[in-house]
Amino acid sequence: MAEKLVGKASEFKDGDRRIVIAGEKEVGVFKNKGEFFAYSNYCLHQGGPACEGLTIAKVEERIMPDLTSRGLYFSDTDMLFVCPWHGYEYDMKTGECVSNRKLRLRRYEVVQKGDELYVDL
Amino acid sequence: MELVAERGRRVSVEELNTSRLLAHARKQAVKRNFDDMMIVDVDAHHYENECMDEFIPFIENDVIRQLVMASRAKGRGSVIPSVAVHFQDMGGRITRYPLRSSEKTDNSEGAKGRDVQLGHRWMDAMSVDYSCLFPTLMLAIGLHPEVDMEVELCWAYNRWLTEKALIEGDGRFYSMLALPFADPEASMRTIEEFGDRKHVTGFLVTSVRSQPVHNNANMKVFRALEERGLVLSFHSAINPMEPVFKSLNRFASVHALGFPFYNIIHMTNWITNGLSERFPKLPVIWIEGGLAWVPFLMQRLDHQYMLRRSEYPTLKRMPSDYMRDMFYASQPMEQDDKIALENTFRMINAETQLLYASDYPHWDFDLPSAIYDLPFLSEKAKHNILGGNSARLFKLPPRNEAQKQNLIKYGNYTAA
Repeated sequence: MAEKLVGKASEFKDGDRRIVIAGEKEVGVFKNKGEFFAYSNYCLHQGGPACEGLTIAKVEERIMPDLTSRGLYFSDTDMLFVCPWHGYEYDMKTGECVSNRKLRLRRYEVVQKGDELYVDL
Repeated sequence: MELVAERGRRVSVEELNTSRLLAHARKQAVKRNFDDMMIVDVDAHHYENECMDEFIPFIENDVIRQLVMASRAKGRGSVIPSVAVHFQDMGGRITRYPLRSSEKTDNSEGAKGRDVQLGHRWMDAMSVDYSCLFPTLMLAIGLHPEVDMEVELCWAYNRWLTEKALIEGDGRFYSMLALPFADPEASMRTIEEFGDRKHVTGFLVTSVRSQPVHNNANMKVFRALEERGLVLSFHSAINPMEPVFKSLNRFASVHALGFPFYNIIHMTNWITNGLSERFPKLPVIWIEGGLAWVPFLMQRLDHQYMLRRSEYPTLKRMPSDYMRDMFYASQPMEQDDKIALENTFRMINAETQLLYASDYPHWDFDLPSAIYDLPFLSEKAKHNILGGNSARLFKLPPRNEAQKQNLIKYGNYTAA
């Protein structure tokens, strides 16, 4: 396994993302709530740049105890990233496709050495 | 530029660059040798509302031209009926919508039009050789309450398309021009004026409308197309204000049902009233309803026909037999259940009747790989669907020697 330099950890603000390219491999590296995540940049749908679109909280529906709906809201806990080609949504913490969690982007380990960040390819 | 994400948080993004956005499409094309295969996109779009100032001057009637020009002032409503397309981008998740205006094109003296430049970018990325260019908002022109406005806008748009956009396209764009279908006389005039123009392969009924295709007044229109060897296509769209759809509360619902719905209505009338018997040499294409509706309708109409033949007196075959002779644009192809999709391909004779369509740049576009990577297709079927069937239908020539050899190999070379 080869490590590829992503950049300086101190330069990553929360919500930042970078795309690392190594030959045919493309990996999106995200920082979300202080944690780093890295996933394949090839969408499982039609191969779009899965990590290059919006990061946005998961939309939920507020269903009340009496089973009525009180509308939609953004999750406080679940952050997603969205393929900009067609809108496939992926869970930031797992890389799972939120519409069908059997589908999951390949995940890469992010290794921090001092202030330098690497992805393990 | 900035996009608005959740709770109004602003996300900085670079300007849109179509070639960069579609870099993975280019990779797919190289890996699959798509440049050696002629690929024809039977349904691609531009945003004519962004170049209306170029075609409004072609409106012939002075009063309507003044009305439309006055409506262009900031803060005025659109002259084209809105079909609430504003949520297509899912709150900016499909980034090419909100960023579209940020894309740079050459606007120097003598440069090709912006829509042509953008079209060539996505075509080159996907290795698409020819695109059938359609408008976007004008697909709802059939909802306009004023027939005169439909006639004038179609006329002006068709002049702009054939006198500017298609000419600048280096021969890579063609089109099927919108008929002002609410007015059969004006439709006839449109066919007579534009039918022989370069890069015009046929005419289009914008499907979102309530005029019945079997109206006797339309027969001369279909006959004129058949006599000229032109194609008739139906391009669907949505209309959230359609009474039956008013209870649908999400764009996704309106989209899922609306696109097939209008094609189902027109197809049902076409078949039931025997128009395939009356115009046996007129090729008919059904565009942008997906494919899953076709097996559904084949089974429904066949069942009715067997029980109630007296209501189908003109038919000599089963409804599904006529439907199998028609052509279908592939996008948006429902492919999450590959066994169901394979069955659909069998039922529509996809190998000879299916035409690849991207629908780019709209939100649910399909790449050529969506066809090429299907596990159940033969090489011949892949070549036919991606371009060979269209090459035969529209008499399009190959763009290089490898494409020519592939067209010959699979019987699609017409030496246009």
